[in-house]
Amino acid sequence: MKGRRPALWGGFVLALALLPLWLRNDYYLSLLNFIGIHTILVVGLNLLMGYAGQISLGHAAFFGVGAYTSGILTATYGLNPWLALAAGLVLAGLLAFLIGIPALKLRGYYLAMATLGFGVIVYIFFVQAQRLTGGPSGLSGIPALALAGFAFHSPLRLYALIWALALGLLAVSAGLVDSRLGRALRALHDSEAAAESLGINTQRLKLLIFVWSALYAALAGSLYAHTLNFIAPSSFDIMFSIKLVTMVVVGGMASIWGSLLGAGVLTVLPELLVVFHDFEVVIFGAILMVVMIFLPRGLVRGLLDLWEYRHFRREGSARG
Amino acid sequence: MWGRGRGLAAPAPSPAGVHDTVETLAALFQYLISGLTNGAIYALIALGFGIIFNATHIINFAQGEFVMLGALMAISLYQAVPWLPAAFVGATLAVTLLGLVFERLALRPVRDRSPLTLIIITVGGAVLLKGLAMLWWGKEAYNLPPFSGAQPLHLGPATLLPQNLWVLGVAALLLAGLEAFFRLTLTGKAMRACAYNPVAARLVGIPAARMVQLSFALSAALGAAGGILIAPLTLGVYDMGTMLGLKGFSAAILGGLGSSLGGVLGGLLLGVAESLASGLISSGYRDAVAFFILLVVLFVRPQGLLGGKP
Repeated sequence: MKGRRPALWGGFVLALALLPLWLRNDYYLSLLNFIGIHTILVVGLNLLMGYAGQISLGHAAFFGVGAYTSGILTATYGLNPWLALAAGLVLAGLLAFLIGIPALKLRGYYLAMATLGFGVIVYIFFVQAQRLTGGPSGLSGIPALALAGFAFHSPLRLYALIWALALGLLAVSAGLVDSRLGRALRALHDSEAAAESLGINTQRLKLLIFVWSALYAALAGSLYAHTLNFIAPSSFDIMFSIKLVTMVVVGGMASIWGSLLGAGVLTVLPELLVVFHDFEVVIFGAILMVVMIFLPRGLVRGLLDLWEYRHFRREGSARG
Repeated sequence: MWGRGRGLAAPAPSPAGVHDTVETLAALFQYLISGLTNGAIYALIALGFGIIFNATHIINFAQGEFVMLGALMAISLYQAVPWLPAAFVGATLAVTLLGLVFERLALRPVRDRSPLTLIIITVGGAVLLKGLAMLWWGKEAYNLPPFSGAQPLHLGPATLLPQNLWVLGVAALLLAGLEAFFRLTLTGKAMRACAYNPVAARLVGIPAARMVQLSFALSAALGAAGGILIAPLTLGVYDMGTMLGLKGFSAAILGGLGSSLGGVLGGLLLGVAESLASGLISSGYRDAVAFFILLVVLFVRPQGLLGGKP
């Protein structure tokens, strides 16, 4: 496995660099940009769900906090977009820290419900705090990010920025998972009591990874706001939290590359199905159930497992 | 609206002040009635959560969708055969059947998986049912006529609708019937035995799998009945289930998950708190109240008001 990694990363970077040469169409580039933003979100959520085994049904809230902090500070108060992005990170991190202290003492269903309740409250706040957020009709006029006079306003320029960040975070996450911290996370996933007995401070570890994944979400939110230049509460509702969980599940829990795949498949799918817009919800629901019942390790790993199972069974019966 | 916030904050000792006080009391009574009505529905949903939880230790996040399906199916049946009792019974039976199918297809194959997996599956089930309802009924809201007229009843300065009484009455009847079933019948006692100790229950010959099916049937029926009762007051629409389900679950946690008295208490408290807060503070934040209470309960006393062990 280890030996294949540099080649895999190299191939991925090369493909990312060459893709815009092939897809010279703003629509496809924008779609790729949203895949990048979703990848950042899903990698973060996967660290929490797949590796640490803690669920969050309210991750859209941190995405929203990043987006609205960026949007409000730049569109309403004219702050520098980078400072606004940083403020979004600080605010989301702080919120995750404060919510995480009591919430992460809970397990399973209780944690799911606590994060879901938190998500609903934040969503209602986006809708109701009209003077601050623009209410249901949204907030417009959010400027693009710029670096020394170079504004990231075209899909191609945004592509470079978003995917540079997504690539960096994929690499950081892969490193994290392979580190001492990553092993501690997996120990926590398998048995909290066992991890505790090995001297791991599980409470602190859970809090750390919760805040860490909220920071990914907030960064993605800021990028989203500066990419679209407009945000509305409906992008940050419970359904979006559930879509993120679906992306993690499809890509495979505890799989960094799977996150990329899950984000890709489930961002492209609604676009392909745009004619059947009403089917989108049904399809997300069906995917969640079917993948979780039949392929709990995700689409790719699950199909590979099925193939290997068939393959080896045939070989076994041929030998016997 | 008519300055009741002011009336509450500083009741002036004048004739106008007395008038304000009467109006305030009438308003409070109004909130209490509407809060208890919603609370009775939350209680039915909370009990549905509790019954399945006791039998399987699963939280069925699709519970709210049973409520929505009950309401919409009753509305469709009523359009075909305009006789309410038939619509009520028919829709409840249909949703009960659906509850059984849901258990068989989605949950029985994965009974012993981790809570994380089961959460995701039932959330997926909820989304799927909601999406299918949207395809079938569309996004518009439908009306179900009140069970006995829409003429408001006057109680002093306050008014209430006959449907409020129907909701409270039928919910009370259902809850009492459920309690009698669990306390007095052999099947009910067998279900409780399974909840206390599944292994011992199986040892004495209780068919555990049958009890799990029964728990899904019961909680789907309770949810559907709740949806049909509330439909004349709130209209029936494909996305009504999510919020009702989540508030029902909040009520279950507030009262103590798995405790039936706790579920009822939690439902009524949540309904009244929500109604008072939306009347006195801000109606926009109405839905946030339930979840705020939920977070406080989870953080301070996760076993709920009447729950035993955490």
